[in-house]
Amino acid sequence: MMEFILAKYNYWIYVIIMMIGFYAVISKSNLIKKIIGLSIFQTSVFLLFISIGKVDGGTVPIYQGTEAVYINPLPHVLILTAIVVGVSVTAVAFALVVNIYREFGTIEENAILEMIKHDD
Amino acid sequence: MADLVLLFFLIVCAVAAVVQKELLNSVIILSIYSLIMAVVWVRLGAVDVAITEAAVGAGISTVLFIAVLTRVKRREELTRIRLQILPLIVVLAVGLTLIYGTLDMPDFGSPAAVTNTHVVPRYLEKGVEETGTDNYVAGILASYRGYDTLGETTVIFTAGLCVVLLLRSNKKRL
Repeated sequence: MMEFILAKYNYWIYVIIMMIGFYAVISKSNLIKKIIGLSIFQTSVFLLFISIGKVDGGTVPIYQGTEAVYINPLPHVLILTAIVVGVSVTAVAFALVVNIYREFGTIEENAILEMIKHDD
Repeated sequence: MADLVLLFFLIVCAVAAVVQKELLNSVIILSIYSLIMAVVWVRLGAVDVAITEAAVGAGISTVLFIAVLTRVKRREELTRIRLQILPLIVVLAVGLTLIYGTLDMPDFGSPAAVTNTHVVPRYLEKGVEETGTDNYVAGILASYRGYDTLGETTVIFTAGLCVVLLLRSNKKRL
Protein backbone atom coordinates (compact mmCIF):
# COMPACT_ATOMS: atom_id res chain seq x y z
CA MET A 1 0.00 0.00 0.00
CA MET A 2 2.77 2.42 1.03
CA GLU A 3 4.67 1.62 -2.16
CA PHE A 4 1.57 2.29 -4.22
CA ILE A 5 1.10 5.71 -2.60
CA LEU A 6 4.77 6.61 -3.12
CA ALA A 7 4.49 5.68 -6.80
CA LYS A 8 1.37 7.78 -7.43
CA TYR A 9 1.25 10.69 -4.99
CA ASN A 10 2.88 13.06 -7.51
CA TYR A 11 -0.07 12.62 -9.85
CA TRP A 12 -2.50 13.33 -7.02
CA ILE A 13 -0.74 16.61 -6.23
CA TYR A 14 -1.10 17.60 -9.90
CA VAL A 15 -4.81 16.81 -9.72
CA ILE A 16 -5.09 19.10 -6.66
CA ILE A 17 -3.35 21.93 -8.56
CA MET A 18 -5.68 21.32 -11.49
CA MET A 19 -8.70 21.49 -9.17
CA ILE A 20 -7.58 24.88 -7.81
CA GLY A 21 -7.26 26.27 -11.34
CA PHE A 22 -10.53 24.75 -12.48
CA TYR A 23 -12.36 26.15 -9.44
CA ALA A 24 -11.06 29.64 -10.25
CA VAL A 25 -12.20 29.32 -13.86
CA ILE A 26 -15.76 28.26 -13.11
CA SER A 27 -16.55 30.05 -9.83
CA LYS A 28 -14.74 33.41 -9.96
CA SER A 29 -16.68 36.27 -11.49
CA ASN A 30 -13.62 38.42 -12.24
CA LEU A 31 -12.31 37.76 -15.75
CA ILE A 32 -8.62 38.29 -14.84
CA LYS A 33 -9.06 35.72 -12.05
CA LYS A 34 -10.45 33.31 -14.61
CA ILE A 35 -7.33 33.76 -16.75
CA ILE A 36 -5.11 33.20 -13.69
CA GLY A 37 -7.07 30.00 -13.04
CA LEU A 38 -6.53 28.95 -16.65
CA SER A 39 -2.73 29.40 -16.30
CA ILE A 40 -2.69 27.28 -13.14
CA PHE A 41 -4.82 24.62 -14.87
CA GLN A 42 -2.34 24.53 -17.78
CA THR A 43 0.73 24.11 -15.58
CA SER A 44 -0.86 21.10 -13.85
CA VAL A 45 -1.24 19.39 -17.23
CA PHE A 46 2.39 20.22 -18.07
CA LEU A 47 3.49 18.69 -14.77
CA LEU A 48 1.60 15.48 -15.56
CA PHE A 49 3.24 15.18 -18.98
CA ILE A 50 6.80 15.83 -17.79
CA SER A 51 6.36 13.40 -14.87
CA ILE A 52 5.42 10.61 -17.24
CA GLY A 53 8.81 11.00 -18.92
CA LYS A 54 10.78 10.91 -15.67
CA VAL A 55 13.15 7.95 -15.41
CA ASP A 56 14.69 7.11 -12.04
CA GLY A 57 18.47 7.44 -12.21
CA GLY A 58 18.28 9.03 -15.65
CA THR A 59 20.26 12.13 -16.55
CA VAL A 60 19.23 15.29 -18.36
CA PRO A 61 18.63 14.51 -22.08
CA ILE A 62 21.90 15.96 -23.38
CA TYR A 63 24.33 13.56 -25.06
CA GLN A 64 26.84 12.08 -22.60
CA GLY A 65 27.89 8.90 -24.35
CA THR A 66 25.84 5.93 -25.49
CA GLU A 67 25.92 4.15 -22.12
CA ALA A 68 24.11 6.85 -20.13
CA VAL A 69 20.45 6.50 -19.13
CA TYR A 70 18.43 9.52 -20.21
CA ILE A 71 15.17 11.05 -19.08
CA ASN A 72 12.53 10.80 -21.82
CA PRO A 73 12.96 13.97 -23.96
CA LEU A 74 9.72 13.63 -25.96
CA PRO A 75 7.34 15.08 -23.30
CA HIS A 76 9.77 18.00 -22.86
CA VAL A 77 9.42 18.84 -26.55
CA LEU A 78 5.63 18.65 -26.45
CA ILE A 79 5.45 20.83 -23.34
CA LEU A 80 7.86 23.43 -24.75
CA THR A 81 5.36 23.88 -27.57
CA ALA A 82 2.43 23.86 -25.15
CA ILE A 83 3.90 26.57 -22.88
CA VAL A 84 4.29 28.97 -25.80
CA VAL A 85 0.83 28.18 -27.16
CA GLY A 86 -0.54 28.71 -23.62
CA VAL A 87 0.91 32.21 -23.52
CA SER A 88 -0.60 32.96 -26.94
CA VAL A 89 -4.00 31.89 -25.61
CA THR A 90 -3.53 34.13 -22.56
CA ALA A 91 -2.60 37.07 -24.81
CA VAL A 92 -5.79 36.68 -26.88
CA ALA A 93 -7.81 36.40 -23.64
CA PHE A 94 -6.22 39.66 -22.43
CA ALA A 95 -7.14 41.43 -25.65
CA LEU A 96 -10.75 40.26 -25.19
CA VAL A 97 -10.77 41.42 -21.56
CA VAL A 98 -9.47 44.88 -22.50
CA ASN A 99 -12.19 45.12 -25.18
CA ILE A 100 -14.87 44.04 -22.71
CA TYR A 101 -13.68 46.67 -20.23
CA ARG A 102 -13.88 49.36 -22.94
CA GLU A 103 -17.42 48.28 -23.76
CA PHE A 104 -18.86 47.71 -20.27
CA GLY A 105 -16.52 49.53 -17.89
CA THR A 106 -16.17 46.44 -15.69
CA ILE A 107 -14.57 43.00 -15.84
CA GLU A 108 -16.96 41.33 -13.40
CA GLU A 109 -18.94 38.66 -15.19
CA ASN A 110 -22.03 39.14 -12.98
CA ALA A 111 -22.22 42.85 -13.70
CA ILE A 112 -21.74 42.30 -17.44
CA LEU A 113 -24.55 39.73 -17.54
CA GLU A 114 -26.81 42.16 -15.64
CA MET A 115 -26.11 44.89 -18.21
CA ILE A 116 -26.80 42.58 -21.15
CA LYS A 117 -30.11 41.55 -19.54
CA HIS A 118 -31.19 45.18 -19.08
CA ASP A 119 -30.34 45.98 -22.69
CA ASP A 120 -32.89 43.48 -24.00
CA MET B 1 11.62 15.29 0.17
CA ALA B 2 12.74 18.52 -1.49
CA ASP B 3 10.34 17.76 -4.33
CA LEU B 4 7.47 17.40 -1.90
CA VAL B 5 8.25 20.79 -0.31
CA LEU B 6 8.36 22.42 -3.77
CA LEU B 7 5.03 20.89 -4.74
CA PHE B 8 3.54 22.03 -1.43
CA PHE B 9 4.68 25.59 -2.18
CA LEU B 10 3.12 25.31 -5.63
CA ILE B 11 -0.24 24.49 -4.04
CA VAL B 12 0.11 27.33 -1.51
CA CYS B 13 0.94 29.82 -4.29
CA ALA B 14 -1.94 28.60 -6.47
CA VAL B 15 -4.45 28.99 -3.64
CA ALA B 16 -3.05 32.41 -2.68
CA ALA B 17 -3.21 33.64 -6.30
CA VAL B 18 -6.85 32.57 -6.55
CA VAL B 19 -8.10 33.99 -3.22
CA GLN B 20 -6.28 37.36 -3.32
CA LYS B 21 -8.70 40.25 -3.82
CA GLU B 22 -6.05 42.68 -5.09
CA LEU B 23 -5.35 41.56 -8.66
CA LEU B 24 -1.78 42.91 -8.75
CA ASN B 25 -0.91 40.72 -5.74
CA SER B 26 -2.45 37.75 -7.52
CA VAL B 27 -0.29 38.36 -10.57
CA ILE B 28 2.93 38.67 -8.54
CA ILE B 29 2.09 35.44 -6.68
CA LEU B 30 1.47 33.78 -10.04
CA SER B 31 4.94 34.89 -11.12
CA ILE B 32 6.43 33.31 -7.96
CA TYR B 33 4.43 30.19 -8.80
CA SER B 34 6.09 30.10 -12.23
CA LEU B 35 9.56 30.47 -10.70
CA ILE B 36 8.94 27.57 -8.29
CA MET B 37 7.63 25.66 -11.29
CA ALA B 38 10.94 26.30 -13.09
CA VAL B 39 12.78 24.73 -10.13
CA VAL B 40 10.39 21.76 -10.25
CA TRP B 41 11.23 21.31 -13.95
CA VAL B 42 14.94 21.18 -13.11
CA ARG B 43 14.23 18.58 -10.41
CA LEU B 44 12.33 16.54 -13.01
CA GLY B 45 15.28 16.80 -15.43
CA ALA B 46 13.50 19.02 -17.94
CA VAL B 47 16.12 21.78 -18.21
CA ASP B 48 14.88 23.21 -21.51
CA VAL B 49 11.37 23.47 -20.14
CA ALA B 50 12.75 25.18 -17.02
CA ILE B 51 14.42 27.89 -19.12
CA THR B 52 11.24 28.43 -21.14
CA GLU B 53 9.08 28.53 -18.01
CA ALA B 54 11.35 31.09 -16.33
CA ALA B 55 11.44 33.27 -19.45
CA VAL B 56 7.88 32.90 -20.70
CA GLY B 57 5.87 31.93 -17.61
CA ALA B 58 7.52 34.16 -15.03
CA GLY B 59 8.65 36.84 -17.49
CA ILE B 60 6.48 37.59 -20.51
CA SER B 61 3.24 36.36 -19.01
CA THR B 62 3.69 38.57 -15.90
CA VAL B 63 4.47 41.57 -18.11
CA LEU B 64 1.29 40.90 -20.11
CA PHE B 65 -0.78 40.59 -16.91
CA ILE B 66 0.56 43.89 -15.57
CA ALA B 67 0.01 45.59 -18.94
CA VAL B 68 -3.65 44.55 -18.79
CA LEU B 69 -4.00 45.59 -15.14
CA THR B 70 -2.96 49.14 -16.06
CA ARG B 71 -6.07 49.30 -18.28
CA VAL B 72 -8.72 47.67 -16.08
CA LYS B 73 -9.91 47.87 -12.45
CA ARG B 74 -7.33 46.34 -10.15
CA ARG B 75 -9.65 45.09 -7.43
CA GLU B 76 -11.86 42.08 -7.56
CA GLU B 77 -15.35 43.22 -6.60
CA LEU B 78 -17.37 41.21 -4.17
CA THR B 79 -20.71 41.26 -5.92
CA ARG B 80 -22.22 38.31 -4.07
CA ILE B 81 -20.77 36.79 -0.93
CA ARG B 82 -21.93 33.24 -0.71
CA LEU B 83 -20.37 29.84 -0.73
CA GLN B 84 -20.49 28.49 -4.23
CA ILE B 85 -21.58 24.90 -3.79
CA LEU B 86 -22.16 23.88 -7.39
CA PRO B 87 -18.66 24.74 -8.73
CA LEU B 88 -17.16 23.00 -5.70
CA ILE B 89 -19.11 19.81 -6.41
CA VAL B 90 -18.17 19.89 -10.11
CA VAL B 91 -14.48 20.43 -9.27
CA LEU B 92 -14.44 17.66 -6.67
CA ALA B 93 -16.19 15.26 -9.07
CA VAL B 94 -13.66 15.99 -11.85
CA GLY B 95 -10.76 15.70 -9.38
CA LEU B 96 -11.91 12.38 -7.99
CA THR B 97 -12.45 10.99 -11.50
CA LEU B 98 -8.92 12.02 -12.47
CA ILE B 99 -7.45 10.50 -9.29
CA TYR B 100 -9.30 7.30 -10.15
CA GLY B 101 -7.69 7.55 -13.59
CA THR B 102 -4.17 7.91 -12.14
CA LEU B 103 -4.48 4.47 -10.52
CA ASP B 104 -3.77 2.97 -13.94
CA MET B 105 -0.88 5.33 -14.71
CA PRO B 106 2.68 3.97 -14.84
CA ASP B 107 4.58 4.41 -11.56
CA PHE B 108 6.38 7.73 -11.16
CA GLY B 109 9.94 7.44 -12.55
CA SER B 110 9.51 3.90 -13.80
CA PRO B 111 11.89 3.17 -16.73
CA ALA B 112 9.57 0.36 -17.92
CA ALA B 113 6.62 2.70 -18.58
CA VAL B 114 5.18 2.44 -22.11
CA THR B 115 6.01 6.08 -22.80
CA ASN B 116 9.70 5.37 -22.21
CA THR B 117 9.99 2.17 -24.23
CA HIS B 118 8.48 3.18 -27.58
CA VAL B 119 9.68 5.73 -30.18
CA VAL B 120 11.98 7.48 -27.70
CA PRO B 121 14.75 4.80 -27.66
CA ARG B 122 15.04 5.35 -31.41
CA TYR B 123 15.52 9.10 -30.87
CA LEU B 124 18.08 8.49 -28.12
CA GLU B 125 19.98 5.97 -30.23
CA LYS B 126 20.17 7.86 -33.54
CA GLY B 127 19.36 11.43 -32.46
CA VAL B 128 22.87 12.81 -32.15
CA GLU B 129 23.97 11.22 -35.40
CA GLU B 130 20.92 12.26 -37.43
CA THR B 131 20.27 15.78 -36.14
CA GLY B 132 23.84 16.80 -35.33
CA THR B 133 23.02 18.32 -31.95
CA ASP B 134 23.95 17.04 -28.49
CA ASN B 135 20.73 18.33 -27.01
CA TYR B 136 18.05 15.73 -27.67
CA VAL B 137 15.21 18.14 -26.91
CA ALA B 138 16.44 20.65 -29.49
CA GLY B 139 17.01 17.85 -32.00
CA ILE B 140 13.51 16.43 -31.66
CA LEU B 141 11.89 19.88 -31.55
CA ALA B 142 13.51 21.18 -34.71
CA SER B 143 13.97 17.99 -36.67
CA TYR B 144 11.80 14.96 -35.85
CA ARG B 145 8.87 17.09 -34.77
CA GLY B 146 9.58 20.06 -37.02
CA TYR B 147 5.96 20.17 -38.19
CA ASP B 148 4.79 20.57 -34.59
CA THR B 149 7.03 23.58 -34.28
CA LEU B 150 5.75 24.96 -37.59
CA GLY B 151 2.20 24.56 -36.24
CA GLU B 152 3.24 26.32 -33.04
CA THR B 153 4.58 29.29 -35.00
CA THR B 154 1.30 29.42 -36.93
CA VAL B 155 -0.60 29.54 -33.63
CA ILE B 156 1.60 32.38 -32.34
CA PHE B 157 1.13 34.29 -35.61
CA THR B 158 -2.64 33.84 -35.46
CA ALA B 159 -2.72 34.90 -31.81
CA GLY B 160 -0.66 37.99 -32.59
CA LEU B 161 -3.02 38.85 -35.45
CA CYS B 162 -6.05 38.41 -33.13
CA VAL B 163 -4.56 40.67 -30.48
CA VAL B 164 -3.77 43.41 -33.01
CA LEU B 165 -7.26 43.23 -34.55
CA LEU B 166 -8.98 43.22 -31.14
CA LEU B 167 -7.00 46.12 -29.74
CA ARG B 168 -7.47 48.51 -32.65
CA SER B 169 -9.29 51.60 -31.47
CA ASN B 170 -13.08 51.57 -31.68
CA LYS B 171 -13.38 54.24 -34.38
CA LYS B 172 -11.45 52.24 -36.93
CA ARG B 173 -13.49 49.12 -36.36
CA LEU B 174 -16.15 48.21 -38.92
